[in-house]
Amino acid sequence: MSPTKTETDLTTQVYRVLIKATPEQIWDAITKPEFTSRYFHGSRVETTAVKGGPMRYYAPDGTTLWGDNVVIEADPPRRLVATWTSLWDEETAREEPSRVSWEIDERSDGVCMLTVVHDELEHAPKTAAKVHGEGWTTVLSGLKTLLETGESLYPPAPA
Amino acid sequence: MVTYSGVVDDDDRVFKALADPTRRHLLDRLFVEDGRTLSDLESDLDMTRFGVMKHLRVLEEAGLVVTRRSGREKLHFLNPVPIRLVHDRWIDKYTEHRVSALTDLKKELESSA
Repeated sequence: MSPTKTETDLTTQVYRVLIKATPEQIWDAITKPEFTSRYFHGSRVETTAVKGGPMRYYAPDGTTLWGDNVVIEADPPRRLVATWTSLWDEETAREEPSRVSWEIDERSDGVCMLTVVHDELEHAPKTAAKVHGEGWTTVLSGLKTLLETGESLYPPAPA
Repeated sequence: MVTYSGVVDDDDRVFKALADPTRRHLLDRLFVEDGRTLSDLESDLDMTRFGVMKHLRVLEEAGLVVTRRSGREKLHFLNPVPIRLVHDRWIDKYTEHRVSALTDLKKELESSA
């Protein structure tokens, strides 16, 4: 029998993917809606990517808020840290905000290592379970595919 | 590293890393409880500390394990992204094809009946 996870084990989650792209391209992919709409469950990000500024995620309809977050730390194009809220679901919306750090490390071969750390999930167990595994792997494999091939899992947003 | 049409392809490392029962066991342990120290991970393995470190290094080079510092401790985290990429590349492709071939066959048989 394969092991199963319990909610208590998911308070810090780490995901890493190698992407053949520049740090600037990856930074744009994280902070610009024309990119996020093509790999982040179709959602559109709205952020100034400046410390203390907002980082909101809108549903594909453009008005429903899926995430209402604040930038905690910004060092373009290397590091972006923001709070995380999961407003798309009633149960997770009631939980306390957690934290997501995007870290971009450039290697010598034109490949960047993108690491996402989703932590401070101690008071958001339902969020932790929802984003875990398939949640973040879908986002990051979609981001890699988009930057390396230009292909998207989602139809282009209407202009 | 082998690259095809500009796409980073670390599949070799992932398959090699997975082709060992001790390493799969280590991944399963991290799946149950993520963010463990080396001492934690070696506790139920009949192996020297050095042996466990070697296996963890292979997993880390394949991207399946990511280490983070937490105070004085080095914690090991399971990174499922490379497995997802291998799945998308090597499993989805073939199973989808098979499913659609069977669907086509079913359609053909039913329409000729």
